[in-house]
Amino acid sequence: MSKFYTFLKYFFITFWTVFVVAPFLWAVSTSFKDFQSVNSKVTYIPWLDFEPTLEGWRVLIKSPAKGGVDIVEPYFNSIFVTCTASLISIVLGTLAAYALSRFTFKAGFVRNNDITFFFISQRIMPPIVLSIPFFIFLSTIGLLDSLLGLVVVYIVLLMPIAVWIMVDFFNRVPKELDETALIDGCNPYQAFYKVVLPNSIPGLIVAGMFCIIFGWIDFFFAFILTFTEVQLLPVKVVALNSSITPWWSLSASALVSVAPLIIVAFIVERYLSKGNLSGALK
Amino acid sequence: MNFKHKFVFLFPGLFVLIGILIFPIIFTIRLSLSGWNSYTPEMNFIGITNYIRLFTDDPRFWESFFRLSFLSVTTVILQYVIGFALAMIVWREIKFKRFFRVIFLVPMMTTPVIMTVIWRTFFHESLGPVNDLLGGLGVKPILWLSDPVIAKFTVIIVEVWQWTPFMFLLLLAGLLSLPKEPFLAAAIDGASPFRKFVYVTFPLMAPISIGAIIIRLIEASKIMDTVFVLTSGGPGTATETSSFYIYIKGLREFQMGYAATLSFTYLVIMIISLTIIAKVLTKLMIKE
Repeated sequence: MSKFYTFLKYFFITFWTVFVVAPFLWAVSTSFKDFQSVNSKVTYIPWLDFEPTLEGWRVLIKSPAKGGVDIVEPYFNSIFVTCTASLISIVLGTLAAYALSRFTFKAGFVRNNDITFFFISQRIMPPIVLSIPFFIFLSTIGLLDSLLGLVVVYIVLLMPIAVWIMVDFFNRVPKELDETALIDGCNPYQAFYKVVLPNSIPGLIVAGMFCIIFGWIDFFFAFILTFTEVQLLPVKVVALNSSITPWWSLSASALVSVAPLIIVAFIVERYLSKGNLSGALK
Repeated sequence: MNFKHKFVFLFPGLFVLIGILIFPIIFTIRLSLSGWNSYTPEMNFIGITNYIRLFTDDPRFWESFFRLSFLSVTTVILQYVIGFALAMIVWREIKFKRFFRVIFLVPMMTTPVIMTVIWRTFFHESLGPVNDLLGGLGVKPILWLSDPVIAKFTVIIVEVWQWTPFMFLLLLAGLLSLPKEPFLAAAIDGASPFRKFVYVTFPLMAPISIGAIIIRLIEASKIMDTVFVLTSGGPGTATETSSFYIYIKGLREFQMGYAATLSFTYLVIMIISLTIIAKVLTKLMIKE
């Protein structure tokens, strides 16, 4: 029984690991192919099955005028939009989460839980529902096809995540902490800034990572709300797909786009193994 | 504590969110009562004509909605079962534990549309590796993207790949935060691993499971990116979900008024059904 169970266990995780890794291996292999080795028959291993070439990677940094793809600018746009929106969401979300965790609000039938639910429920909103009015809203105030416009929209996407994680986190930070600080003569803002915040670093990091993940992987808003002036990375890569589909540069640009967040997987794992995440994610 | 301070903390976030959202929501409701389309791009008032059309004369929307329900419920169940199994395995000591944990987390860090572009080449019917390898085993080429039934399962495979890690993360974080005493007690009683799971682990994990399932259902109901790139709703309308149908009506056919009607109705249905699902799950999983 126990041997069979161990076998099953290892079989299952091996199978899943192969499944997780397979598309990446395929993409890496494809990125070194040329027209011939993509279109004649299915090839896998460089040198053995086909002669590798760096063409797929070279076009990434060429300017469009010379037949390149130029994903450098979209790359920085993506980084800017994601980081700015995440930062604003974390600051505002953390303040609101602190208020919801420490004070009691009462307005008619509205209680703390209802306000928290209002924040989090914004995630239910499908992007398509918001994208049409946002399109008209942003064109009215002249922010269509601009980085600032996207930041505004992304705040709606990300602040719910920040509030969700930070409310739970603050609920676990003992109240005595702020009370002692208040008795020691701090005003509420100092108590928050000097005592509670330093004790909330793990929660802030988790919330920050989640905001960055969900900001970085968004495609739809960027797709609807930008055209030519500003392009974000996912839109750029997908646009490649709809043109003549050169699989090699497609794979290369896809790999470059997903690479930075893989680091986040390592950070999340570290927090998980140290036990910091369990408090922040429940 | 002083009365005013709490508002200083809460209001910036609350008002920014309301400020950004108030216009889109009011605008959507108003737009849904208008006949705005590419011929008459103006905010006229046609009452509830659009709603009557939706409820009496638009089977395609309801089909897309049931398709969405099928896809999201199936993917979330699969994600939950697989995610729970993976979390259980790497919860206890195992060789290369941290390596597996990282590997299992990676897919959720990748951009869905971009990975879907890769999946599309992966499932390509003549030049992709899946059919090639299956062909080596003597299996006939499978029409991953152009068969109406199989295309649904291709979407499910990609969604499960993409989002099982999120479920895994939430469940593993939950497992790691469980108290140790019940497990010690079960060990002293000499409970088998199976009984331990049924009587100790699973009940303790019930609240976390409910939370994780609800979060994933919310996210899965927005499934759009995958469909958009992988199949564009096709073949025919075989993989068309509600979001994608609204997208076609609104931003391809420019029936803005009608698309707003669809959006608003869809949103109301989502909020009601998710609330009901949350209540039912809570009843089912927490019996005691």
